[in-house]
Amino acid sequence: MKFLVCISNVPDTTTKITFTPDNKEFNKAGVQFVINPWDEYALTRAIELKEAAGGTVTVLNVGEADTEPNIRKALAIGADDAIRVNAAPKDAFFVAEQIAAVAKEGAYDVILMGKESIDYNGFQVHGMVGEMLSIPTVAPAMKLDLSGNTATLEREIEGGKEIVTVNTPFVASCQQPMCEPRIPNMRGIMTARTKPLKVIEPVGEAPRTEVTEFMLPPKKQGVKLIPAETAGDLIKLLRNEAKVI
Amino acid sequence: MSVLVVVECADGEVKKSSLEVASYGAEVAAMLGTTATAIAVGEATEANLATLGEQGITKVLYDAEPRLKDFVNNAYTKLIATAAEQEQAKVIVLANSNIGAAVGSRLSVRLKASLATNVVELPKVNGDQFVVRRGAFSGKAFSDVVLSGDRKIIAVKKNSTEAKHEAGKSAEVTSFSAQLADADFADAPTQVVMQEQTGGVLLPEAELVVSGGRGMKGPENWSLIEDLAKALGAATACSKPVSDVDWRPHHEHVGQTGITVSPNLYIACGISGAIQHLAGVNSSKVIVVINKDPEAPFFKAADYGIVGDVFDVLPKLTAAVKELG
Ligand SMILES: Cc1cc2nc3c(=O)[nH]c(=O)nc-3n(C[C@H](O)[C@H](O)[C@H](O)COP(=O)(O)OP(=O)(O)OC[C@H]3O[C@@H](n4cnc5c(N)ncnc54)[C@H](O)[C@@H]3O)c2cc1C
Ligand SMILES: Nc1ncnc2c1ncn2[C@@H]1O[C@H](COP(=O)(O)O)[C@@H](O)[C@H]1O
Repeated sequence: MKFLVCISNVPDTTTKITFTPDNKEFNKAGVQFVINPWDEYALTRAIELKEAAGGTVTVLNVGEADTEPNIRKALAIGADDAIRVNAAPKDAFFVAEQIAAVAKEGAYDVILMGKESIDYNGFQVHGMVGEMLSIPTVAPAMKLDLSGNTATLEREIEGGKEIVTVNTPFVASCQQPMCEPRIPNMRGIMTARTKPLKVIEPVGEAPRTEVTEFMLPPKKQGVKLIPAETAGDLIKLLRNEAKVI
Repeated sequence: MSVLVVVECADGEVKKSSLEVASYGAEVAAMLGTTATAIAVGEATEANLATLGEQGITKVLYDAEPRLKDFVNNAYTKLIATAAEQEQAKVIVLANSNIGAAVGSRLSVRLKASLATNVVELPKVNGDQFVVRRGAFSGKAFSDVVLSGDRKIIAVKKNSTEAKHEAGKSAEVTSFSAQLADADFADAPTQVVMQEQTGGVLLPEAELVVSGGRGMKGPENWSLIEDLAKALGAATACSKPVSDVDWRPHHEHVGQTGITVSPNLYIACGISGAIQHLAGVNSSKVIVVINKDPEAPFFKAADYGIVGDVFDVLPKLTAAVKELG
């Protein structure tokens, strides 16, 4: 079984978000980048399935050279090899085109992604890749099991879940509680240095969307405190002042 | 040319988020000088679909194929794409739900459309330029995005726009068939399992949310959260560590790596207000924080706060809600 795991490189979850002075780009200065937390579920599950039934795990990132530390981290966690498409991830469509091209070329059986990338929160790339390859996408998946070429997945829906069975090849986007994401150990870190990381150039059409401006949410006015002894007054304020109940 | 709105139904009724989407689509249609047509998916009744007229929809297409009752990504994509071609839709609007967003991304490739998910307001249309505002960085920011090309797909974030109701207006319901074949249902679910919801309120759609963190001390104390939620008609939620240790189910976990909610009221009980938690809730209109530590970071993001013990405060709040009637 050939697994392809797509990872994006995102600001650490504790990052305070700021932008360049023209508000056109995210300000990367001093920011720590990590593997997108949802993609860690995809990566770990692929490694677990490979350990159980054999195969290879390839990680793929569409990004410039500064993403390589996190690609190496994915190799340290247990992926066998890596591919970086050497381009800034301009929009979801552009990224999906790159992934679809790599997936086709390498004839991967199982393409795993995260539920969404926590920078642009698209929830788009997995559906686009499935459509580009004319294969099913199951998103977001909370559980994934493989038996031969058949996968059984639990897909989250509002208020419940669906059990979906699909044959390879397919795309799934992963989220908790699929597995317990692994962290690299010393041996993994050592071997990661010599695992193959191939850099290829992008293909495809122009992006279809463009960000013209970023902005922060309006600041809160400040908290109005109600003494605990008269906590019930809060309910009156919510009805008469805030008018939300 | 028209605007096509994807309307999700469950148990015969149009979902709340789809009423919002229907109003949104009707307003976009008005901006573009055209009308809004809906394509309904899920289990619907003709009478309920006709009421979409109140949101400004003129015509509703409905395919009564029974296998479309549950979400099937391929079949829904084909259904909506067929409707979009028939109606020559330039703009397709859907809910940013697990159905809408999943279909939207497939559709964008099939229809060669530009796509924006997580959209929070009406577009700005200026001649050929079409700009939408969407949430980014997990609720920590917004971005304005230009959608280029002839066709656009917009997935609207739940509870970020209001559903309009013009009583008495009704839409024309027309049967429609996308000529779906067995192959289109290859990824159909084999089973659908729904959870129990506190008071029947679904968290992603909820207008009021009562949420508990590690300060609640253990799952046995959740009746305090549930009692207040029931009295208010609210959904319940929790912080990540609470679902990690299985005090509460995973689908209740809100935050950067959980679900994002934007209710009118979010009441946080015994939650410290870590940046990853705030990311999932900071677009709530009003935030109430109950925490015994006056230095808890959540107070900085709150509109109302009570410095106190949840075990003392929560029963008082529940009683006060009951008194209001
Ligand atoms: C990659 C990553 C992703 C994450 N994603 C998320 C996410 O999506 N959602 C999320 O919630 N967290 C997330 N976290 C975890 C986050 O950093 C915090 O650890 C978490 O939100 C803390 O949960 P808590 O507030 O319930 O617990 P704590 O931080 O332990 O806070 C408990 C609070 O309860 C108060 N308290 C205690 N007893 C009482 C009492 N009797 N009455 C009143 N108040 C009381 C305390 O003063 C304290 O403020 C993430 C972390 C990482 C690293
Ligand atoms: N630049 C990228 N390189 C590789 N994979 C990506 C990239 N961006 C997004 N993905 C994958 O697509 C998933 C969904 O991303 P998105 O649609 O952008 O929210 C992510 O969880 C990743 O698995």
